[in-house]
Amino acid sequence: MSDQSKVIRFEEIALPHLRAAYNLARWLVHNEHDAEDIVQESYLRALKHFSGYYGGDARAWLLTIVRNTCYTWLQKNRLLRQAEPIEDKLDELGTDFLDPEVLLLQHLDSQTVRNALQELPVEFREVVVLREMEALSYKEIANVVDIPIGTVMSRLKRGRERLHKLLASYMGKEASVELSENA
Amino acid sequence: MSCLKTRDLLHGYVDGELDLVKSLEIEEHLKECHDCAGGYQAIRTMRSAVGDTAVRFEPPPNFEGRLRSALRRESEPNARALIIRWRWIVAAVSLIVALTVTWAVAALLTRQSAHDVLAQEIVSSHVRSLMANHLTDVVSSDRHTVKPWFDGKLDFSPPVKDLSQQGFSLSGGRLDYIGNRPVAALVYQRGQHAINLFVWPSSAAPAESEKASVRQGYNLIGWTNAGMTYCAVSDLNLAELQQFAQLLQ
Repeated sequence: MSDQSKVIRFEEIALPHLRAAYNLARWLVHNEHDAEDIVQESYLRALKHFSGYYGGDARAWLLTIVRNTCYTWLQKNRLLRQAEPIEDKLDELGTDFLDPEVLLLQHLDSQTVRNALQELPVEFREVVVLREMEALSYKEIANVVDIPIGTVMSRLKRGRERLHKLLASYMGKEASVELSENA
Repeated sequence: MSCLKTRDLLHGYVDGELDLVKSLEIEEHLKECHDCAGGYQAIRTMRSAVGDTAVRFEPPPNFEGRLRSALRRESEPNARALIIRWRWIVAAVSLIVALTVTWAVAALLTRQSAHDVLAQEIVSSHVRSLMANHLTDVVSSDRHTVKPWFDGKLDFSPPVKDLSQQGFSLSGGRLDYIGNRPVAALVYQRGQHAINLFVWPSSAAPAESEKASVRQGYNLIGWTNAGMTYCAVSDLNLAELQQFAQLLQ
């Protein structure tokens, strides 16, 4: 395969997943400029190893490379918080059960959701992004993040519960602001 | 199914990742349990909020173009290397061609100059033979005298023709030394003009320039015939010298 036709073939396979790649990078590294750099680096890396790609889930393959590049970048910039040990046990007792009233009654604007999601630890954020935004299956998430499928489920559960808590607290703040304004 | 168990599996249920039996069990439980049904609703609300297209980040519009050119650039070093490799091949071929042409031209020039040298020797020899009054070693108009005279003096026997009928009278012969070898010089007379006919064995055809040329006012005509090279030189006009040459051929 000539270099020219290799690039063309690679582009056909990899470029359709550019939106997903960018979105994941953007959510993991927090800023636009670094996300672009990381996606470009990931695509160049993918092109380099393209001869080792024998079909299969191109999206999961690319997202894995993007995620790894993001983690390398986070480590290099000392942005990876290691303080909080993550319990991935599924049978861990769910303490914060979701109260439907908090969210149902309020209007959730996209900026509030973004802020709350941004506050999630990266381990939870990545599974929520891959599941809710990219609609990856548990199996695909397990491949990208390199964890067992059971762990995917427990991280999603805990990620959603935390997100719910964060949103509820934002709503509560907004509600109290509105109340004090009205008073 | 208990509430505790339901809360653990609820996310898998929402995501459609449970097997049929567990899904049905949870479905049953949600019908009966208000709290768990509320939790289920909360997850769904949050899912649609997070999954809203306004929440995700889209790449800038020109990003794909920039990425494409970065990918092309990445594969370029190889292309550049290929071009460089081609340039080297072209350069090498050009050099070989240039050297070959140079060599061929030089060889041609050298060969011509070799003939030049020979022609010059012949003219010089002709002039010398007239100046030193040493035109002939054997004086005879009889070819049967002249031809045997060369026996033992040369390693070949030059053909000697009598052309007195045609107005070219044989006046003798002598030994000469041309082109690094001894040659036979046959001397003919046409009126006041002496003709030196040099003969030596050679299979090489005379060069174009040797066939008929003029040097220092003398006409030269060369040819080969039956393994012998002939060169006639004289101050005789070219037409008559050519007639002489044709009679001998």
